[in-house]
Amino acid sequence: MVTIVQPKVVVDPVDIEIEISGLSKIYETKNNTFQALEDVSLYVKNEEFVSILGPSGCGKSTILRILAGLEEATSGSVKVAGEEVQGPSVKRGMVFQSYTLFPWLTVRENIEFGLKLKGVSSKERKDISDKYLELVGLERFANSYGKELSGGMKQRVAIARSLANSPEVLLMDEPFGALDAQTKQSMQQLLLDIWKKEKTTIVFITHDIDESIFLSQRIYVMDARPGKIKEEINADLQLFKNGELVEVDRFMKLKKHIITLLKH
Amino acid sequence: MNLPKNKTIRSLTSIREEVPKKWYLFGVCITFLLLFLFWGGFSFINIVDEVFLPTPNAVVFSLAHSFGSPEFWEHIGISVYRVFMGFLLACVIGIPLGILAGTFKFAESFILPMSEFIRYMPAAAFIPLIMVWAGIGETAKILVIFIGCFFQLILMVADDTNRISKDLLYASYTLGANRTQVIFKVIIPALLPKLMTTLRLIMGWAWTYLVVAELVAANNGLGYFIMKAQRFLDTESIFVGIIVIGLLGLIIDRAFAIANKKLFPWVEGGN
Repeated sequence: MVTIVQPKVVVDPVDIEIEISGLSKIYETKNNTFQALEDVSLYVKNEEFVSILGPSGCGKSTILRILAGLEEATSGSVKVAGEEVQGPSVKRGMVFQSYTLFPWLTVRENIEFGLKLKGVSSKERKDISDKYLELVGLERFANSYGKELSGGMKQRVAIARSLANSPEVLLMDEPFGALDAQTKQSMQQLLLDIWKKEKTTIVFITHDIDESIFLSQRIYVMDARPGKIKEEINADLQLFKNGELVEVDRFMKLKKHIITLLKH
Repeated sequence: MNLPKNKTIRSLTSIREEVPKKWYLFGVCITFLLLFLFWGGFSFINIVDEVFLPTPNAVVFSLAHSFGSPEFWEHIGISVYRVFMGFLLACVIGIPLGILAGTFKFAESFILPMSEFIRYMPAAAFIPLIMVWAGIGETAKILVIFIGCFFQLILMVADDTNRISKDLLYASYTLGANRTQVIFKVIIPALLPKLMTTLRLIMGWAWTYLVVAELVAANNGLGYFIMKAQRFLDTESIFVGIIVIGLLGLIIDRAFAIANKKLFPWVEGGN
């Protein structure tokens, strides 16, 4: 049998970009408490592409939002680049499932939004936005408003807008969840190309098993109620070549393994 | 069976679907035509006495006559002035308060429950009180319009602000915006088109309260014009007053609609 689940490798601490240990999140409502996350520990290496995979309601988005600094942990530690996360920061860019383009700004102005806040000069802003417009293939739409764009294009702007801030980490919360199958595929390929070019550390949330295998080097599979990490899977197995599945058997084996995991 | 005809009927009775433009225009014209037909019918054949229902041509004649008199334009001018002053006053104070209430939960606790409470008090009931406090001058009339618009405006602006997607705000935080920047660079620009629609509605309210204010204590303005006509059983002039207010409302409403389209070309699904 091919070993899919590999023993935990000891990682050089210098390489670690994100380190979460003993993270718990409890929501208190009027007459009951709900444990969204229980003792979650994970790490992401520098320039690594890691997916967090799990059923809806397993708290995977909560992990990401805590990482982004948009929510606070109940207990545990969340460190990015050695620093405890305290509130949102430009160092951690985020792409949401819902379209979050500023509709009153053009595509270019959207991409330049963060740079403008930082006070980058307009010439430099233009150079940077040119670069990212090209990276996501939207040069022709630089002066369009969000309403003229398709869902896939909007997400490409969102990715470009985050990257223009040169974040250390890119957090992606099911960014392709609302797209149709074809668009989704081309977006996944685009994201991989971008990742290879930009060498950003990416944490990707999804409930789509194929997507997580196709994109990531490692996958954390989660369990729901309370949300916790069930297994860490090494998925960097060169199953794809130029976006085509070449290792069908190994892919199926890995997929089956994850399906069983998710079923308990 | 005639198939094409059947198809037209099916298309005209489809739920929430578009209908051909000419059919829509047909509906608009027919209702106005019917209105005039009934009106004309009742008044010309004298089913209703002319004192109560003047004939359409008498009203049109009277309207033309009124437009020819400078005195009538003064009535229009003073009414427009009162409406805009009351409306602007409500906007200047109400919009910032509404944004505040829609942005900060703590501010909401000060502003919203109180506004909810007062808005159910009819503005017309405040008139005696306003007359005691502010007399019967311009201030009193502007205050009536202000009270009628202000509390509604706060509630609607707060609601508009509250409806701005939270993800939009979260995205701005991750792009490096601080709270002040989120308010001025995200919340306010996102709010503007909705705010214009709200102002358009509130403007309608302002005209309603204008008439209320002028019916009670005034010696000029369109409300007074109507009131005076009633005293002399001059129903033609009552019609003229009502129609002119309607026309002014329509003009202002169209101006808002056009401004909305021109100022916010980026709004999804048009305006």
